[in-house]
Amino acid sequence: MSSMALKLLKPLGFPDKLNLASLIKALVVPMSGILIFLFIWNIGARNIHTSLGEFPGPAQVYEQSKNLLNEHNRERQKEADFYQRQDDRNAKKLAKNPDAEIKIRSYTGKATFIDQIGTSLVTVLAGFFAASLIAIPAGIVIGLNKTLYSAFNPVIQLFKPVSPLAWLPLVTMVVSAVYVSDDPMFAKSFVTSLITVSLCCLWPTLLNTAVGVSTISSDLNNVSKVLRLSWLTHVIKIVIPSAIPMIFTGLRLSLGIAWMVLIAAEMLAQNPGLGKFVWDEFQNGSSNSLGRIMVAVIVIGLIGFMLDRIMLMLQKKVSWDKSQELR
Amino acid sequence: MSTKTHLELTGVDIDFPTPSGPFKALSNVNLKIKRGEFVSLIGHSGCGKSTVLNIVAGLYQATKGGVLLDGKEVNEPGPERAVVFQNHSLLPWLSAYENVELAVKQVFKNSKTKAEMKEWIEHNLHLVHMDHAMHKRPDEISGGMKQRVGIARALAMEPTVMLMDEPFGALDALTRAHLQDSLMEIQADLNNTVIMITHDVDEAVLLSDRIVMMTNGPAATVGEILDVKLERPRHRLELADDPEYNHYRAAVLSFLYEKQRKPDEAAGQPEKNEKKAKSNNPAQKVLNTKQQDAEQRGEEAA
Ligand SMILES: Nc1ncnc2c1ncn2[C@@H]1O[C@H](COP(=O)(O)OP(=O)(O)O)[C@@H](O)[C@H]1O
Ligand SMILES: [Mg+2]
Repeated sequence: MSSMALKLLKPLGFPDKLNLASLIKALVVPMSGILIFLFIWNIGARNIHTSLGEFPGPAQVYEQSKNLLNEHNRERQKEADFYQRQDDRNAKKLAKNPDAEIKIRSYTGKATFIDQIGTSLVTVLAGFFAASLIAIPAGIVIGLNKTLYSAFNPVIQLFKPVSPLAWLPLVTMVVSAVYVSDDPMFAKSFVTSLITVSLCCLWPTLLNTAVGVSTISSDLNNVSKVLRLSWLTHVIKIVIPSAIPMIFTGLRLSLGIAWMVLIAAEMLAQNPGLGKFVWDEFQNGSSNSLGRIMVAVIVIGLIGFMLDRIMLMLQKKVSWDKSQELR
Repeated sequence: MSTKTHLELTGVDIDFPTPSGPFKALSNVNLKIKRGEFVSLIGHSGCGKSTVLNIVAGLYQATKGGVLLDGKEVNEPGPERAVVFQNHSLLPWLSAYENVELAVKQVFKNSKTKAEMKEWIEHNLHLVHMDHAMHKRPDEISGGMKQRVGIARALAMEPTVMLMDEPFGALDALTRAHLQDSLMEIQADLNNTVIMITHDVDEAVLLSDRIVMMTNGPAATVGEILDVKLERPRHRLELADDPEYNHYRAAVLSFLYEKQRKPDEAAGQPEKNEKKAKSNNPAQKVLNTKQQDAEQRGEEAA
């Protein structure tokens, strides 16, 4: 009976025998890693003194994370109250005079830590999406054509290592000059962040797609030739599926870069998001600032980790090459 | 089998560009094949067998001379000359059924309905005894099964000529024997024109109407052609003791290991290649030791 249950669990990644050794491997080892880290952090923090006081240890950071959450809830409450008052006012007005003109204003509170996380996530996904939309088709075209590949390779290699900080002033100026409209659909700061992120995270996807496409086995190309597949069918049926593992390797790298770049861009350009939160706290310079920044650092790390796991899950789902170990 | 020429190679030369100048792989290859004929190409490794096949397939262009199929010049690949590749070349992300489907959809897109296509795909998978595993992907089936699907895919194109490049070369002897029997059955039914490359002498004699023996490269060409007049259907067990069969075997072996003996073999070079699984053909049991020696050396050279 129990061996039956084990057989059922096996495809889910459970080890053959749920013995002590595998349990230790799966749970205890990573946990003790974290504990050791917390211990060292705690000791280290007590011995570092800054102009803003002692470096925050785990306890302070935990405290600050609770504070940040409370601030967020308070802000939400204020917002709800504001709309409630406005609705009441308008209702009274309309009761007196049904034709009265009523004003509806939206609440302009300050963005909380949670809001900034939301902004950053939306921006990074939009930038990553835009980059992929350009990089995958471009990579396929470049990968299929040796001449194009040789022509563009130097350009790609040149721009690949450029830091976001170098792009940012240029992008800001160009967006200010070009993106003018009275009722913009997106804020300028959002567009600037998005373009900077796209420019920086384009390259891994582009290169990996191109390499994946250009290394299709000649046998599969011959199959396509014998069948006289049209160019489009060849690309859809042979090229893309065969390059999918490489494309996803590129996409994962790109998303990682996008997230790192975004935080830097937000800090530098004072664009809304987690980067701005860190910068504001730094400028603020209260005794809590370092703790709050540390919360942001951990959240940034967690989100980056989460994004990577999501990509890995997608990659495992679409990858046909089961012999390739993905981790 | 009609007597009219169906496929004709005339004065085929091919030069491959290499960094040290053009390399002449084939020189003046001439061959006439009748409709429904089963022809094997045999020769030492690297002599240019695949090159001949690729020229007929249209994947390579002859530098001089050319190929005529039913009077029309061959200058590009096409499904009427279906290829069974040595390493199956199935699309790894598609199931056996979908692999055949890709070919069927392309070849019969204007002439078969969806239901007819489905029936045709299943029919061809049935021919190669793959009904039970047709929704499995290549990495879920054995090497022999993959090769079967490759054959089903080629058959499903309803080709005028089937081109097979060492289709069973990578398989163990028992699987190979099974597939050879399947191929003979199918061939008896459909009477396709087939050109098959092989390095297995037994396979060549068992399956072929004619065996084309190629000289060593560079500038390889057709050395001898052997007509195999054994009656069909052929059964490997009965043939094992058949003097005529052994006569054909000996003829091919003598061409390969006496007339076209490789210089390094003659010098008795130490074995460097991994030994391949030895043929399980019962015919081998009646071989005298000299022949067995020769064959073994041949397998290592191939
Ligand atoms: N595309 C190519 N470019 C250069 N040389 C080639 C090419 N294809 C085959 N050759 C050469 O032609 C010769 C015959 O090759 P091949 O037809 O593959 O031999 P076989 O199939 O008989 O083992 C070999 O010497 C090989 O190196
Ligand atoms: Mg070959």
